[in-house]
Amino acid sequence: MSRYEAVIGLEVHVELKTDTKIFCGCSTEFGKEPNTQVCPVCLGLPGSTGVLNKKVVELATRAGLALNCEIGTYTWFDRKNYYYPDLPKGYQISQVFRPIAYNGYLDIDVDGEKKRINITRAHIEEDPGKLVHSGGSITSSRYSYVDYNRSGMPLIEIVSEPDIRSGAEAKAYLEKLKAHLEYAGVSDVKMEQGSLRCDANVSVRPVGTTTLGTKTEIKNMNSFRAVQRAIEYEVERQIDVLEDGGKVVQETRGWDENKGITVSMRNKENPDYRCFIEHELPPIELTEEWIEEVRASIPELPDARRRRLVEEHGLPDYDAGVITSSLALAEFFDAALKEFPDAKTVSNWIMGELLRLLNARNMELGESRITPGGLASLLQLIKKGTISNKIGKEVFEVMFEEGKDPEQIVKERGLSQISDQGQLAQIIDEVIAKNPKSVADYQSGKKQAIGFLVGQVMKATRGQANPGVVNSMLREKLGE
Amino acid sequence: MQLNTLSVHHLSELMGKKEVSSEELTRFYLEHISRVEDKIKAFVTLTKEEALARARAVDERRARGEELSPLAGIPTAAGDNICTRGVKTTCASQILYNFIPPYDATVAGRLKGAGAILVGKCNMDEFAMGSSTENSGYFATSNPFDFDAVPGGSGGGAAAAVAAGEAAFALGTDAGGGIRQPAAFCGVIGFKPTYGYASRFGLISHVSSLGQIGVFTRDMTDLALILNEICGHDDKDATSASVDVPDFRKSLVNDVKGLRIGLPGEYFGTDVSPRVAAKVREAIVKLEELGAVCEEVAMPHIEYAPAAHYIISSAEASSNLARFDGIRHGLRVEAEDVLTMFKKTRGQGFGEEVKRRIMLGTFALSAGNYEAYYVKALKVRTLVKQDFDRAFEKFDCLLTPTSPATPFKIGEKAGDPVAMYLSKVYTMPANLAGVPAMSLPFGLVEGLPVGLQLMARHFDEGTLLRVGYTLEQSTDQTRLKPGLLL
Ligand SMILES: [Zn+2]
Repeated sequence: MSRYEAVIGLEVHVELKTDTKIFCGCSTEFGKEPNTQVCPVCLGLPGSTGVLNKKVVELATRAGLALNCEIGTYTWFDRKNYYYPDLPKGYQISQVFRPIAYNGYLDIDVDGEKKRINITRAHIEEDPGKLVHSGGSITSSRYSYVDYNRSGMPLIEIVSEPDIRSGAEAKAYLEKLKAHLEYAGVSDVKMEQGSLRCDANVSVRPVGTTTLGTKTEIKNMNSFRAVQRAIEYEVERQIDVLEDGGKVVQETRGWDENKGITVSMRNKENPDYRCFIEHELPPIELTEEWIEEVRASIPELPDARRRRLVEEHGLPDYDAGVITSSLALAEFFDAALKEFPDAKTVSNWIMGELLRLLNARNMELGESRITPGGLASLLQLIKKGTISNKIGKEVFEVMFEEGKDPEQIVKERGLSQISDQGQLAQIIDEVIAKNPKSVADYQSGKKQAIGFLVGQVMKATRGQANPGVVNSMLREKLGE
Repeated sequence: MQLNTLSVHHLSELMGKKEVSSEELTRFYLEHISRVEDKIKAFVTLTKEEALARARAVDERRARGEELSPLAGIPTAAGDNICTRGVKTTCASQILYNFIPPYDATVAGRLKGAGAILVGKCNMDEFAMGSSTENSGYFATSNPFDFDAVPGGSGGGAAAAVAAGEAAFALGTDAGGGIRQPAAFCGVIGFKPTYGYASRFGLISHVSSLGQIGVFTRDMTDLALILNEICGHDDKDATSASVDVPDFRKSLVNDVKGLRIGLPGEYFGTDVSPRVAAKVREAIVKLEELGAVCEEVAMPHIEYAPAAHYIISSAEASSNLARFDGIRHGLRVEAEDVLTMFKKTRGQGFGEEVKRRIMLGTFALSAGNYEAYYVKALKVRTLVKQDFDRAFEKFDCLLTPTSPATPFKIGEKAGDPVAMYLSKVYTMPANLAGVPAMSLPFGLVEGLPVGLQLMARHFDEGTLLRVGYTLEQSTDQTRLKPGLLL
């Protein structure tokens, strides 16, 4: 056991799913030509004043409620003043003094242990623009371009308490957070499109002490796995520094995915943002009734859905946890279950084949061509014995890639299971003739030798032979 | 006929009777401008060609028999911090020397829609910071009553333009007296509506919570006509009030009988010049003769208003001016890296007073000073508001001098920023409280105009119009003409 423990807090920026920006009517669509979705307001041109998009308040409230937060009935915006070329007004409009949501939590499971991660606050803010460096990185570029399409995109920043103790917990928390926000319908939560971004504050301290060590802030992590790896690396690095008698420097560090290390970005000398109230926007006033209406409109959240899968469908808790980790997966499960009402079988296929293929190809469920109905038909074919479980996996892969109906695939590729004894007899005779040693072994009492012979028959039929039928025919022929 | 001493409603009548066309009127104004501008220097940008084209368009509409606004065809001007689409808007600052907004301020757009003819953009103290228009990034403006005196500030150019007959009326901005104090110095009416009544969209603001667009006019009827156009809710400005706008012409009532007018003792203290105080007393006597009830009222926190105003306005300015960084618009001084570029651009682009306020504001908001200065100033602001609320429980309006003294000489206070600031000591409280306030000319002292300030409850601009109109009907002291128009 290490003599040190890690203390980790996460700051997660999530882009809210609105059609227009937070203070103007510009489109929020992703991936458009630079600076084509801008206007005087989001460019901060002199004299332009913005007006708050009401949808942002609604989505932020939904998000806060989905994270078990209290919602403030009287909140306002503040300015955070700092200079950066992508920040058009020289200040960022945020909620510094009174966040719309606060005092929330999420429960996570790591290695079967449940733990509560507290959420300090979730506040609304605007995104600045984005720098595009002429030569790949900021240090190697002679000049940089600024794209203000992102300027004024509505965000919520979710700040956790420093309750996280490991990279694995951080990853579990992020997965839970993502699922809750996705279920609540507030964001696309796509890390690769920048609609979910995470920074980690990491420090270590000797086990048994309560004062916080010097922390570093890690940025540039592009996947949940990267967050876990970066934190694990950084914790080890800080422990090494302390073990060598050194001091951890408070700084911002970037995660280098290729090298698997964190690197110093710049020293952070406690910037003074000189925050003060934003007078150009009136305060946000919400009534308790309105907040309750929003609460009532939030669909079943992951934990409740997980309980339902266990209680109503008898799924093991672990399976239910995996299935409900994403809304898409949970809905896929429900839809497939309607047509093939065997929860454990459906869950096995989702957790086995479906997730294996998605992970292997680094895809989202929506990007594959498999449908819940398709999976249900496939499971019917297996149940009827038309194909074997093994062939089923092959068919599943074709369905995943091409989206075809399983029956059609089976027909086109001639994959139906062969149970006809007449068809199998000749092949079995050939296998017996070719493998006298195994036959002798079997007949001398090594009963497990039959497995090899069955395998040879399966091979000869490219897996189509019904293994049960082959087994009993072999036993008969070998004089059982 | 001396067309450039007539009020808007007279000019409108003349055009209605086809005695003069808008094009003729506009040419008259433009020619007058070219005669007097080298003495006054009221404009930083003139828009002669656009003005004539618009005037011809108004004449065509009139010829077609279209029903036109009373402002149609009237030559006007605007302070250079009010955005005008396609016309340079520089805030009299080098940092915006080439800025051409792609949009109109809502208020400018409304006047344009009413057919008013913009003849130019007026000089001002850079980013509306100052009390004399000497702090312009380009040149100083002169007072039409005395070319060696300042026209006041920050809107000295617009006040001087109206006083000198270069525009029939003008838009200005008032965050601490930027309309009322120059109006008093130049002998015209200056009006700051209730905060939020006229849209602030397109106002290049240095103080969001105090600044308001308003107007300079020659008489009260013009004021009512223009307020009718510029007040009212704007979807583009979140601070814009959602209140109905009455027809302000209905407030032009020649009667103040029974009206209760408060006289805050704090405005008649030792810092006011005796001859200005005497002039204001004359006005009080006049109002009492006309049936108003004038009584002293205590506003004990007013004395802290300038300090609070200085902190709040500087704090907001330090933030609002951060966007002038050379990245997107205006001046850019090239440098080897982006931080040096920011520094050089701002170093060269901003004048001394602007830098002073940015530094003050940055200081007041910085960690360790925030509570001691900014938060305390906000508390004072609340106390000042309460002084007004209490006074308005008893009084319909308040009357004070607009400025403690008549216009000072160019250069006289240039080296003393605090003295300069305090020339608006009487106008700042109304901005802290957000109430409507007006400066009305009332006679001359040693050839220089004196201004009366009137303040009323939120959204009660009507009472100010009524008092002003009654005085205007009962005395000739409200109509002042500088020598160059005699
Ligand atoms: Zn925009």
